[in-house]
Amino acid sequence: MNEPNRPASPVELHHELTRIWGAHPGFGQLAAVNHTTLGRRFIVTAFLFFAVGGILAMLVRAQIATSHSAFVGPEIYNQIFTMHGTVMMFLFAIPMFEGFAIYLLPKMLGTRDLAFPRAGAYGYWCYLFGGSILLLALAMGAAPDAGWFMYTPLSSKPFSPGINADVWLIGITFVEISALSAAVEVLVSILLVRAPGMSLDRMPIFAWYMLVVAVMILVGFPPLILGSILLEVERAFGWALFDPARGGDSLLWQHLFWIFGHPEVYIIFLPAAGMVSTIIPVMAGRELLGYRWVVLAAISVGFLSFGLWVHHMFAVGIPHLALAFFSAASMLVAIPTGVQIFAWLGTLMSGRPRFNVPMLFLCGFFFIFVLGGLTGVMVAVVPFDLQVHDTHFVVAHLHYVLVGGFVFPIMAAAYYWLPHLTGRQPMFQLGHAVFWLVFIGFNLTFFLMHLTGLLGMPRRIWTYPESYGWDWLNLLSSIGGFVMTIGFALFVLDIVLQMRFGPKTGRNPWGADTLEWATPVPPTDYGFASIPIVTSHRQLAEDPDLPRKLAAGEGLLGFARRNWLETIAVDMITGAPRQILLLPGRTFLPLGTALATGLFFVSLLLQVYPLAIAGIVLTIAVFWLWTRHPARTADLGPLPVGDGTMLPVHTESGHAPSWWAVVFLLLADAALFGSLLFGLIFLWVVAPGWPPPEVLFNSTAFALIAMACLAGAAGLGRLALRAARRGAVGWALVWNRFLAAAHAATLLLLAAILTTAPDPTAHAYAGVTAAILVYILVHAAVGLILALHVWQACRRGHVSAARSLDLMIGRLWHDYTAVAGVIGLGTILGVAAAIGQPGAG
Amino acid sequence: MDRVTRDMNLRADVVLLDLSHDRVVEIGFLHGARLIRRLAGAVACLTVPLVAGCTGPLSTLDPAGPAAAAVARLWWAMLAGAGLIFALVMICLLLAYRRRTRARGSVGTWVVGLGLVFPTTTLTLLLGYAVLTGERLLPHPGEEVLRLDGTARQWTWSFHYPDGGPAIPDGGPLVIPVGRPVDIHVTSEDVIHSFWIPRLGGKIDALPGHVNVIRLQASEPGRFGAQCAEFCGLGHTQMFFWVDAVPEENFRQRTEAWR
Repeated sequence: MNEPNRPASPVELHHELTRIWGAHPGFGQLAAVNHTTLGRRFIVTAFLFFAVGGILAMLVRAQIATSHSAFVGPEIYNQIFTMHGTVMMFLFAIPMFEGFAIYLLPKMLGTRDLAFPRAGAYGYWCYLFGGSILLLALAMGAAPDAGWFMYTPLSSKPFSPGINADVWLIGITFVEISALSAAVEVLVSILLVRAPGMSLDRMPIFAWYMLVVAVMILVGFPPLILGSILLEVERAFGWALFDPARGGDSLLWQHLFWIFGHPEVYIIFLPAAGMVSTIIPVMAGRELLGYRWVVLAAISVGFLSFGLWVHHMFAVGIPHLALAFFSAASMLVAIPTGVQIFAWLGTLMSGRPRFNVPMLFLCGFFFIFVLGGLTGVMVAVVPFDLQVHDTHFVVAHLHYVLVGGFVFPIMAAAYYWLPHLTGRQPMFQLGHAVFWLVFIGFNLTFFLMHLTGLLGMPRRIWTYPESYGWDWLNLLSSIGGFVMTIGFALFVLDIVLQMRFGPKTGRNPWGADTLEWATPVPPTDYGFASIPIVTSHRQLAEDPDLPRKLAAGEGLLGFARRNWLETIAVDMITGAPRQILLLPGRTFLPLGTALATGLFFVSLLLQVYPLAIAGIVLTIAVFWLWTRHPARTADLGPLPVGDGTMLPVHTESGHAPSWWAVVFLLLADAALFGSLLFGLIFLWVVAPGWPPPEVLFNSTAFALIAMACLAGAAGLGRLALRAARRGAVGWALVWNRFLAAAHAATLLLLAAILTTAPDPTAHAYAGVTAAILVYILVHAAVGLILALHVWQACRRGHVSAARSLDLMIGRLWHDYTAVAGVIGLGTILGVAAAIGQPGAG
Repeated sequence: MDRVTRDMNLRADVVLLDLSHDRVVEIGFLHGARLIRRLAGAVACLTVPLVAGCTGPLSTLDPAGPAAAAVARLWWAMLAGAGLIFALVMICLLLAYRRRTRARGSVGTWVVGLGLVFPTTTLTLLLGYAVLTGERLLPHPGEEVLRLDGTARQWTWSFHYPDGGPAIPDGGPLVIPVGRPVDIHVTSEDVIHSFWIPRLGGKIDALPGHVNVIRLQASEPGRFGAQCAEFCGLGHTQMFFWVDAVPEENFRQRTEAWR
């Protein structure tokens, strides 16, 4: 019965696949997990937030247009500029490129969907709900008002007693879930879910860029998430973490924020650069010049971007030699950026570039982004930065970089891929008018702002005297801002007109060679009716008939088998087919899980902590239901894929995408843990008010036993997996029971240590120590839940020698928990011993 | 132009007004190198579409001390370099559309030459210049140095001379002697603020629990604005004070008067 029924015709195949892959209309749309739908939702939602951020920007420009034009006081103005930055960074830029990546990647990679459709949907709902919390707070006049960077102590309880700062910390952390889930999904999908034959060096350049970006998100976001959690704990429960009077340090927040914040800039730029690298070769009519160099440059930018965060902190009093190092690192990142710029220019020079709306926006990108890069080198120069830091010069610089490096490429991308999204062509060439309005408006606004800053206008002031001579510059900037807004309004009109009235477009209107143009336009829910076998990195150019063949089911999996949503997972490097990936279809579970998660976050915000605990329990319970999709009580064995070969399904073939997902989640987890340990060491070395009055000293025995329990749990996880692989499910069950007991014992021990530990509200030492203990405790608790899940899976017959994926994932988790636990507890004991020496404390 | 004249520092406005009438040479009271420097500044400002001058109580382009002057020089140098590089990129873009024949798509020329070697060389030179400049501005020990302690709180500063001088009334003006380096040791009692006198030099943050030092010096007498540069809450905008740079003997008189 596993033999697929070949459909009689392409039309029948289309109907079958649509029935399987699509969501139901009406309320059923809320159950959609399809990447095309989710990608579109991310893009549209992000654009709505862009409109909100744009309106806030207009309010800012109206307020400081002249020395007399202030219409609100600092209470409201502080909310406006804080929300402008926050919305644009977290609710527009990141979700916007995530939307493009989610929409485009599976199609470019020649596959039917991303690896984790439900995680994508869950991420979308988290983004929507978290963003809504922020907008609701704005509407109620309780929006964050301590700047988008939320520096402590200004954002701490004594100086921001209202709910405003909590809205930021909790709302943004909620939204970050979507960034992390999208990063894991994108990373695993690029590595494993591609068309067979698509080896790494045949991968479209955009996928390379997104690969780098996904890793950067996984390493870069955790420091901010950690900082947000710690600051919220300080605000809500009075723990000492950032308060200099209690052994904390406001600089710790700045480090955590900018270790995130600087890579963030490149996290936003690189996807746009990936789009530029995709569009320019098509428009130039030749291959990208120096493909390998560009890939290498993108990877270098990713690495280097983690070494420059201190250039946001040149004025905090760090020794000049250290500043010189970060100055050099900041300049260094200009080199791989230069490589990319000149690779694009070389591609254009050696091709025959067409001139059309996407290209117009890319020319605007070159103009604006290069200027932003040049001022970026200027502010990397320490003495110059000390003058212009926190002035409008920096405002001008960052808008040149972000609007030039993100908004212009995104608009080029919008015009380039709109025929794909809508299946229609633009009508009136409105795009030209859009470009000139936005381009002229932008430069009028921000070019002059360099001078405003050099004339000494600081950021974030709500008014200024006429005598400073800034009036005319600000007035022109404001006029430019409104011109730009008219341009964006026209852009919306252009897109609506195109969607409604544009003439239908044929396939591949630009003559591109990437596989997304091999799908029907607008795309179907299943993407490809059958999966291509890739033999070249310009597959579509070499086989222009490919779209027809795929639609006719002549590729792989060109059939509808058992109502399954099937696609193929490949070898990471060579692209050889390895597994059949059985994907979950439409389901309300992501929405339900996001609602439960939302209950947790809203309860935290309103300080109803019992309800927050209920939210966590509910979230775990709903997540538990997710595991029912792949669960099976019998092995399926290898199945035919349509070309005569057989492949195992992913749940029966070892290192499935979900196993890799946990590996990458643990990478993010390790980044968070590393940041926490960095916090402890940093405070010890730098913060005033050390050594602490009291150290954790009397729990050494407990801590050693807890380490032993965690190590034991890891060993037992391995034994259980080995037993399951032998087919001895009974033994797996036994080992797993001991494993659960080990985690439970760890929980009790850690709870006991916490109750006797020094008061976390008294000193930052105690605060960070308690945070490390809680971190290990949470991991042991998750370990316990995983053990319970495996226990249930064994009992229900879901585990066999082949179906041991749950135990493999469990083993990863238990191993990580053991390593983190030993390092964490060891650090606590070591620091306590070092500080607690007689005479030192 | 009328309003500009009313609002601006009078001296520089004369330069600009006369520039607009092509009568630069007739300004008698600015001499030699200083005149040329001012003129270069003014001409550079003219490259911006509308003219208002580079002066103002907080202008970094109207330096009144060696630190600010060094940074302003750095700025004009970088502006010139950036202008050339920008022109290069734009010419490449233009040529891509204008030339009849295709260029050879050589990775060596484009990626390695222009993308790798060119920025590496330029940036190394700039970094050397920048580090040397930064090093010279550091508060190196010296006999003549006057020490001043500043404490920030929302939303004002208090200063005193720890070497026996009197306290300065909160809100200023702060008085410093012309021609003598002043080391300002800043800290904060509450949130983060930033100490900044743009016409004298760069800024330094005032952090609770830390003391940071900045070296400034006024090379001419005058009244300069000082603005808190780190967002510090509702009163951030108003956290402003004046700095009077006065000749050494006046400085003694004024500080004696407070004793």
